[in-house]
Amino acid sequence: MPIPVLHVQHLVKRFGEFVAVNDISFDIRPGEILGLLGPNGAGKTTTIQMLLGVVTPTAGSIQMFGLDLAVHREEILQQVNFSSTYVAMPQALTVEENLWVIARLYGLSQTQERVDDIVKRLEMEEFRHKVTRKLSSGQSTRLGLAKAFLTEPKILFLDEPTASLDPDIAQKIRSFLKEERRSSGLSVLYSSHNMHEMEEMSDRIIFLQRGKIVAEGTAQEIVARFGQADLEEVFVKLAREK
Amino acid sequence: MDARSQERPTRFLLGEEALANQSGEGEKGTMKAHRIYALVTRYVYLYRRSLPRMMEIFYWPFLDLVIWGFITVYLMKFQGQIPGAVTFFLGALILWDILFRAQQGVTISFLEEIWARNLMNLFASPLKPSEFLAATMVMSILKVMAVSVVMVVCAGLFYSYNIFVLGLWLIPFVLNLVITGWIIGVLTTALIMRFGQEAEVLAWSMVFLFQPISCVFYPMEVLPGWLQVIAWANPAAHVFEGMRAVLNTSAEPVTHLGWATGLNLVLLGMAIALFHWMFELCRERGLLVRIGE
Repeated sequence: MPIPVLHVQHLVKRFGEFVAVNDISFDIRPGEILGLLGPNGAGKTTTIQMLLGVVTPTAGSIQMFGLDLAVHREEILQQVNFSSTYVAMPQALTVEENLWVIARLYGLSQTQERVDDIVKRLEMEEFRHKVTRKLSSGQSTRLGLAKAFLTEPKILFLDEPTASLDPDIAQKIRSFLKEERRSSGLSVLYSSHNMHEMEEMSDRIIFLQRGKIVAEGTAQEIVARFGQADLEEVFVKLAREK
Repeated sequence: MDARSQERPTRFLLGEEALANQSGEGEKGTMKAHRIYALVTRYVYLYRRSLPRMMEIFYWPFLDLVIWGFITVYLMKFQGQIPGAVTFFLGALILWDILFRAQQGVTISFLEEIWARNLMNLFASPLKPSEFLAATMVMSILKVMAVSVVMVVCAGLFYSYNIFVLGLWLIPFVLNLVITGWIIGVLTTALIMRFGQEAEVLAWSMVFLFQPISCVFYPMEVLPGWLQVIAWANPAAHVFEGMRAVLNTSAEPVTHLGWATGLNLVLLGMAIALFHWMFELCRERGLLVRIGE
């Protein structure tokens, strides 16, 4: 079995008395897309924030590329990126300016070529000089993805990347992600409330509820284990359980 | 979406091998110039097309100068009672504005990130808090340079005032005031980070807490004894006392500058340590990603 690029062990996050993430452990293997599923407030976002180093875990360890995030934050984050529907890029800058800032932040070489390449691949040419606040939600999502892919990360955290997109663009984004995974061996932690998308995209899924992992496996395994017709029914059943 | 025509290597590097092969490699713990440059570029992009932001640099310092200039012209009628009124007031005003803009350069840069909800993008990248602070300090220097040019030129044109009457002492005075501005800026930023956007008013008000004990427009001796003790711990008070010593007696303000520099170094170190402590506290409490929500 290949060595995991992400290894999470007994991760806990408490905010005072409230336990947001409760002793979870999981791995992501090279080139794998791991789905992170769960109702609102299940701890998905807190988990991703801990993996990105912006929230400190109360207990447990996070290792990426065999290195401890708490010790090697800078080195690890150089090879990691994220995109979230809920985290926008600075609104007063143009699309291209935002990408240039990111390229410089990560110390990328051949910046112009890379920016041109990602703009072309995500079909952003027509709005590359537009101020970000004037973008449609679909265009904003593409900018978020462009920012994430520009740095050619080895691990990518995607928080509902296709929320607010029309089905056509959403399908294009999914195809783009699959192609990226195929061509670069990218590993992805993928969070979404779209169950069909989860089934289509994820090699494995972990289901979080009230901060704990309550199910883990392929979509088919999870559906079979809970005796439901599909992942959506499993979601509803688990989300409604006390 | 266009698929990538050429495939990239899929081999993953682990541990030390990954460290050695990543871009931007270098000694651990050192600041990276490209990340500081990235942030400065971002702020320059912001200012380039924003009239309100440009006004902050040019309009307010200009108004300050006009108002205080007229007050000074009025006071000149009493030259006998207040010798060197023009030099004192306009010189003090320009130097105070340098401190104020240096503080604003640090704090407003942080507020820009809150307003843009960009802290998550920044601190989920390899950017270090120290690099962030360094970038805000570079911005502060750029702002101070712009404001100084505006004020010095306007003072010369409208009131025939030459700040360079302070001679070469002007250089250490300005440097010390910029550092004092950074101290207040870093302190304010740490408080805004900890207490959230409701505390953003501190960005404009905190510096005025230091103004009475900076003795900008009056000598230290007018303060009550107990306040003088506090004022002596303020590096800016030593600078303004030094300025008056040069203008009044042409004495060399070496002692004042020594105190100002020493206090600045100690207080800047403390302010940066406080910022780092607040940063870690905010990461622990999950506040860093919630500021501005």
